[in-house]
Amino acid sequence: MDKIKGKVWKFGDNIDTDVIIPARYLNTTDPEELAKHCMEDADPEFSKKVNKGDIIVAGKNFGCGSSREHAPISIKACGIACVIAESFARIFYRNAFNTGLLILECPEAAKEAETGDELEIYPEEGKIINLTKNKTYITKPLPGFMKEILEDGGLIPHIMKKFKLQ
Amino acid sequence: MKRYPMTLAEKILAKKLNRPFVEAGELVEVPVDLTLANDITGPLAIKIFESTKIGKIFNPEKIVLVMDHFTPNKDIKSAEQVRICREFARKYGISHYYEGGNCGIEHALLPELGLVGPGDIVIGADSHTCTYGALGAFATGVGSTDLAAAWITGKIWFKVPESIKFVYYGKLKPWVTGKDLILYTIGDIGVDGALYKAMEFTGEVIKKLSMAERFTMANMAIEAGGKVGLIEADKRTLTYIKNRFKRAPLVLKADKKAKYVEIREYDVSKIEPVVALPHLPSNVKAVKDLSEKIFIDQVVIGSCTNGRLEDLAIAAKILKNRKVNSNVRCIIIPATPTIYYHALKKGYIRVFIEAGAIVSPPTCGPCLGGHMGILAKGEKAVATTNRNFVGRMGHPESEVYLAGPAVAAASAVLGYIATPEELGVK
Repeated sequence: MDKIKGKVWKFGDNIDTDVIIPARYLNTTDPEELAKHCMEDADPEFSKKVNKGDIIVAGKNFGCGSSREHAPISIKACGIACVIAESFARIFYRNAFNTGLLILECPEAAKEAETGDELEIYPEEGKIINLTKNKTYITKPLPGFMKEILEDGGLIPHIMKKFKLQ
Repeated sequence: MKRYPMTLAEKILAKKLNRPFVEAGELVEVPVDLTLANDITGPLAIKIFESTKIGKIFNPEKIVLVMDHFTPNKDIKSAEQVRICREFARKYGISHYYEGGNCGIEHALLPELGLVGPGDIVIGADSHTCTYGALGAFATGVGSTDLAAAWITGKIWFKVPESIKFVYYGKLKPWVTGKDLILYTIGDIGVDGALYKAMEFTGEVIKKLSMAERFTMANMAIEAGGKVGLIEADKRTLTYIKNRFKRAPLVLKADKKAKYVEIREYDVSKIEPVVALPHLPSNVKAVKDLSEKIFIDQVVIGSCTNGRLEDLAIAAKILKNRKVNSNVRCIIIPATPTIYYHALKKGYIRVFIEAGAIVSPPTCGPCLGGHMGILAKGEKAVATTNRNFVGRMGHPESEVYLAGPAVAAASAVLGYIATPEELGVK
């Protein structure tokens, strides 16, 4: 996985899936359409302001609420390269891996980053560098099983690889 | 043989794996007894499933599709989503497909039809799948990709969760229900208080709770971040599933010496009817402790949390021979057609209409801000639903106050958030 370099958009604790993608837009599965409304109820201009490769940084329990996979899909489709949070809600955590959205749990980096900071991320090493604050953080390593899913390119390619071996 | 004391969550997983024990923290892959999707998450799972070109479902009998969120279809796009699910069900011979007159809110419908039972492993592409924990099933919400993968393999991976035990004892005050207990608990531990963990609800109070109230409690485990909300199956559970559930129930109990990361005890005689103030289910306050009158524009009684016959009975008791306040729209949503039918036979629907309430067909509708009761800017609603996040029921500047059916019905009459006692109902 390549290095990521982007600008931070900072959000608070308990950013729920209704804020990430309101249910009124769930009558479609089209990523481009969903991207237009990403984070709309927290910041109506978000999808217009964000640049490809930017990074969302949030507090505790990011992605709590509904199981809608439309949430990580809309984040990814609007150009966000990675979400860093103090912690993630469990369904969102699985969904992000399954849909190929990179997420990192790193309380220190999440607490200290501010909107506009520039971050450099080395996903395989779990290293986050806040270039603006000149500080380096190391995240918890991924469980081996989840690394395998990521290496295969998501859950579906992982399953298909296993399926073909049978 | 060496004994390994296990929590209820560990026991179900171990049994399904034919292993003497599993331990919190280990990764396991378990066979699923049932998988569920709705009109929002189904189309996405179908798109993912079809993209693999595998073209074979592990077992069509173990798939349930319930078109409940935007039903009756609110617009062309949602009707198209349902069409995708309907055609998929036909193509793969999925008989558990519910749309129209046999369709109800999924988490009320599945137990009612006997599709889930004690000891089952259930995954649903809906976060409130944890509701079936009330039957002693290990049931949890997943996304559409996890679901599509399980349609192929018949299996799902889990990290065996750590468990927190919640023990409820004492005598319930009048009008305090399972909804108040679970809101109080979430208020106590916070919206991430059980993150990644199993919540095990137990104690003398739980043993005496109706199945409806047990469903309400398990339903909101996710609102504390929980993976599952479990209640041991007992006589009451077995009575409920009798004549419904066709498979052999797997009745399991937690071991006395099981390891819990935490045990929390609640003396329920100290718990009053509560509301969760905007915008988190953990902003819980006793109604009588509200510092000022909170005037409301809408009341919603329904949802997978509180749309069962017992909930409607409470609402009918309060609304009988009373009128909904002229400033309030009171929307009552029986969760399934069968509940609707029994509410009609018992005279509840007549009470609601006479009181000036609106009776809606079964739908998730307003709970998720879908349709059938959306809030305008600045409007406030008391709802027996499960989430009060920003914009949940409509405009981002509207407000949702979560409560049980008693507080919701009393508030509908008075026009502000109140308990039935303020209304003089005994």
